[in-house]
Amino acid sequence: MDKRLLLDARTLQIMLDRLCHQLMEDHDDFSQTRLIGLQPRGSLFARRIRQRLEHFTGKSIPLGLLDVTFYRDDFRRRDEPLVASVTDMPFDVEKKKVILIDDVLYTGRTLRAGFDALLDFGRPEQVQLLCLIERKFSRQFPIEPDYLGQAVNTLNTQKVVVSWAESEGQDSVWLLSR
Amino acid sequence: MQNESLSVRHLISIRDLSTADIELIFRTADQFKEVINRPIKKVPSLRDITVANLFFENSTRTKLSFELAEKRLSADIVNFSASGSSVSKGETLIDTVNNILAMKVDMVVMRHSSPGAPVFLSRHCPAVIINAGDGAHEHPTQALLDAYSMKEKHGELKGLKVAIIGDILHSRVAMSNLICLQKLGAEVMLCGPKTLIQRPLLQQPGLLISHNTEEALRWCDVAMVLRIQLERQNTRLFPSQREYARVFGLNRALLDKVGKPITIMHPGPINRGVEITSDVADGPGNIILDQVENGVAVRMAVLYLLAGQIRIPDSA
Repeated sequence: MDKRLLLDARTLQIMLDRLCHQLMEDHDDFSQTRLIGLQPRGSLFARRIRQRLEHFTGKSIPLGLLDVTFYRDDFRRRDEPLVASVTDMPFDVEKKKVILIDDVLYTGRTLRAGFDALLDFGRPEQVQLLCLIERKFSRQFPIEPDYLGQAVNTLNTQKVVVSWAESEGQDSVWLLSR
Repeated sequence: MQNESLSVRHLISIRDLSTADIELIFRTADQFKEVINRPIKKVPSLRDITVANLFFENSTRTKLSFELAEKRLSADIVNFSASGSSVSKGETLIDTVNNILAMKVDMVVMRHSSPGAPVFLSRHCPAVIINAGDGAHEHPTQALLDAYSMKEKHGELKGLKVAIIGDILHSRVAMSNLICLQKLGAEVMLCGPKTLIQRPLLQQPGLLISHNTEEALRWCDVAMVLRIQLERQNTRLFPSQREYARVFGLNRALLDKVGKPITIMHPGPINRGVEITSDVADGPGNIILDQVENGVAVRMAVLYLLAGQIRIPDSA
């Protein structure tokens, strides 16, 4: 297994702060904005975004966690069903600006399921997408991020692994090749 | 994201499930419980699955609970009850079911008065079978939802003391619960008149038996009260309902005398004033309606996990 470092802790921190500033430019005081992390990995990234946003704005910003397992289009096409993670939506999304947050945008199928899941909690005024890594030329649905950390060229046989200090012991993004 | 699936293809008996299976069902039910409390209480997972609910015996809450679980998962459903069907014209079980399956049904939820009917069906029919109660044999989803409700209330089942009080003899709920709770590490005591407990159970080593409700209450953390199944009693196993209520029934005075918090459960339907008085059934510590709510979530989990094993034909 070949392993290439895409982002180290310092670059990742700069990127997180840049994404937060872009959000602050567009979302005023965040009173009408709701952050939602896609479970399981997107929620770790979303927690970091929230933490930095709260640091910069000095305000408490609510965060929801959304699991899309029951909305996936590959149910009964896998050998075993996926086990669902917790959904925790402590707010209403009706007429709100929702920012869906995921770590890696690959085929777009998870996000497609995410839109379905989100609409079961109300009708937001707007939905935007924030991703840390976009894998280029691999989309199977017409989905593009509004806020992006970095786009990378990858092969289908490769894997992007995002690690966080709180779960894996260090902040980093790796590209693994078989 | 983890992949995991049940070790069984059908849910016939709680005996067939491993501890890991039960834990997987509970973890999945946790997420479905959140789903059924959303503004839109429905997910699309089973939208291309057809479920037949075959109730050869009367049922209200189990049938409703399964139906709701299926609808919340977006399954298509067909309902069948024995009365007014060809069963009353002498059709055999397997013919009835094969006719229904010829209409491209993927899963069958069945209640039948004959113990073993679901296992028989699973050997002769290609559909996934879920046992919704077979005679006095088993009622696995009830045991799962009861154990789930106890876990929700007490956090841990290991070491939890559960007294099953009432008509054990005719109760499929008692049998399934006994097996399920023992698998999960709870301690179980059966309590009721000698005539309402099976002889093999009375002789089973290590199984706690009591014929005194007060003694059982002093021992337990959870009292699961069972209905006196008057419709299944061909011979008189106790003198009268009134006497049963007086000697074995749960009432407020008895609970006050015991003087400790006890979780009260009942799988329903309740014979108020016979096995339990209203002030206990509706009083502090009762989780009877939580059992009903959890029933939908647990059945959604079972349906979802079993349906996940039915592969779409061209996806293999």
